[in-house]
Amino acid sequence: MGLERAFADEPAFVPYLAAGDPSYEASLEYVEALARGGADVIELGLPFSEPIAEGKTIQNAIVRALEAGMTPDRFFEFVEDLDVDVPLVCMTYYNLIYQYGESEGPRPFVEKAAAVGIEGLVVPDLPGEEAGPLRTACDEFGLDLVFIVAPTTRGDRLERMLEQVSGYVYVQARLGVTGARENVDDATEESLARLSDWNVPKAVGFGIKTGDHAERIVSAGADGVIVGSALVDIVAEGHENGDAVGAVADRLEAKARELKEGALRGGPEQPQPERT
Amino acid sequence: MSTDDAYDPKFGEYGGQYVPEALMPAIEELTDAYQRYVLENEDGFMDEFRERLADFGGRPTPLQYADQLSARYDTDVYLKREDLLHGGAHKLNNALGQVLLAKYMGKERIIAETGAGQHGTATAMAAAHLDMPCEIYMGETDIARQRPNVFRMRINGSEVNPVTVGRGTLKEAISETMRDWATTVENTHYVIGSIVGPHPFPKMVRDFQAVISEEAREQVIEKTGGLPDSVLACAGGGSNTMGTFAHFVDNTDVDLYAVEAGGSSLQVDEEEGVAPNSATLSTGDEGVLHGARTKLLQDSDGQIMESHSVSSGLDYAGVGPELAHLVDEDRVTPVNVDDDIALEAFHRLSQDEGIIPALETAHAFGYLEEHHDEVGDSVIINVSGRGDKDLEIAIEETAKRDLDIAPDMSIFERVGGGGL
Repeated sequence: MGLERAFADEPAFVPYLAAGDPSYEASLEYVEALARGGADVIELGLPFSEPIAEGKTIQNAIVRALEAGMTPDRFFEFVEDLDVDVPLVCMTYYNLIYQYGESEGPRPFVEKAAAVGIEGLVVPDLPGEEAGPLRTACDEFGLDLVFIVAPTTRGDRLERMLEQVSGYVYVQARLGVTGARENVDDATEESLARLSDWNVPKAVGFGIKTGDHAERIVSAGADGVIVGSALVDIVAEGHENGDAVGAVADRLEAKARELKEGALRGGPEQPQPERT
Repeated sequence: MSTDDAYDPKFGEYGGQYVPEALMPAIEELTDAYQRYVLENEDGFMDEFRERLADFGGRPTPLQYADQLSARYDTDVYLKREDLLHGGAHKLNNALGQVLLAKYMGKERIIAETGAGQHGTATAMAAAHLDMPCEIYMGETDIARQRPNVFRMRINGSEVNPVTVGRGTLKEAISETMRDWATTVENTHYVIGSIVGPHPFPKMVRDFQAVISEEAREQVIEKTGGLPDSVLACAGGGSNTMGTFAHFVDNTDVDLYAVEAGGSSLQVDEEEGVAPNSATLSTGDEGVLHGARTKLLQDSDGQIMESHSVSSGLDYAGVGPELAHLVDEDRVTPVNVDDDIALEAFHRLSQDEGIIPALETAHAFGYLEEHHDEVGDSVIINVSGRGDKDLEIAIEETAKRDLDIAPDMSIFERVGGGGL
């Protein structure tokens, strides 16, 4: 299992973009810009038609990507076409994983994901209760399965989840769906406190928009920050204004740098010892 | 009521709990509440539910012998009159049950989604009756075609939130309500309107709706001394269907027909991602949507198709996991009729029996018209709702067709109004 390594030396910046938004070619450049800007892991969204955990920003990105022809097979080509030296995680919904390939069940999807170099999966509509078959397939092909800890996850649920987590744990900063916010929620610190004894990197997502947010999240104890909507906003704005792909990519790179630097400011002066 | 385990989330391979982690604690809490209040009648919950169903809802509804249809089909046709329930549809059984349960659980706010508006209306009525604030999500397409129900929800004090994503129908409204719930889960109960969604909703909603078949069974035995040869119900998500079947499932000599919306065609346009029907049980494939593994209208990649029916209430790409299981077990026979046959049946039932049915219900009567030779000597058919809400769309859709059975409405043209 390998995603832990991305969090080993310094606070990690984990951006999200929907693959294929607003077009295959532009999206390749945008993801590569995030890598240049300092991404330590990149979460690539494989668009599903019913994204129940996403807010408006990412819903719209998913619609744009689907309309531009993104499919699971195109997604795997996309990953192969990317020129980045950063671990890639696929974030999608279970039906696409379940349906892929000739036989039903998650194995063919995971096998293909591993073959193209995906290192982990995040599946927002798959709680631990339903994750058994996917966990088995991920173990077989060496992928991490990243679980989301919500502000409502407590007690026994937390204990059970710890047994299933690998790679990193996605700490949901507040209740609700994805979307950039002006302020960081207090629920974040409470959630991080509940996980303080977990020996797995903790990456916080939902609502992080600026370098200052990233700094505050990391100084509150996170090992990394996950940022989606604030980046997708840049893609959407560029698309709506008809901006050149290169110009939008530059903005994404600059935003990535701001977020990465914020995360670094929130971290300790010295690199943390490597986790096992 | 059901006696099976509240903690078993599956019907064979179907069912389950495929939802964001943030919702899982609420779903666990709801499962406990379902076990204690619904299955074990803790604090007299079920007694109060039944009392309110009787006094507020108007239960029991009659089982009426349909003279004209029986003569027409040479078959004894019995109508379970859920259209006579308060609000004009079976939906109140579930809405009242869930809003009352939310109150017992100490929740402070109700949210719901609606397609045709009948579930939204029933939830709004139940929420007003039990003094709970309520917001309803409804696709903008459905708002446009179901104005009377939107007005009824507003009159009863509920907010109606238009959903503009996608095609603006039930599928999008469910997704949007789940997003609200993920934000407000700590004080809010989501009243799911059918036997869909994550466990325990499919079982719990079935149990609230099972009062239909519980009564129908007693009534038909009282009237005829035995059980019918067949039971027919229209099927969208499937709450009316399972409610009508529940107490007959164990009697395997009673044939159960789930009548789906064949729409304009059973063929799909995979390129466009559109199924011009809502016949999920007949044509769908297994997959995961809105919290459950079930049969779905989806393309080969697993993207959910846009569905279609002349009836908003059947216009959904999924179906309850229990129905999917019973179809696989050959206990329930999935059949379908198209928009034209449903519309004809809408007029026929109105003229022959003096009952204007919901367009959903009309599908079941359309099947009876086409296949009455196959249903045996006696049949119960559930009149799931009344058709007042559908009059605007019935006028519009009738005008598009050359239906012999449609009434001559040229009186409108003579006085300057629209005509059929």
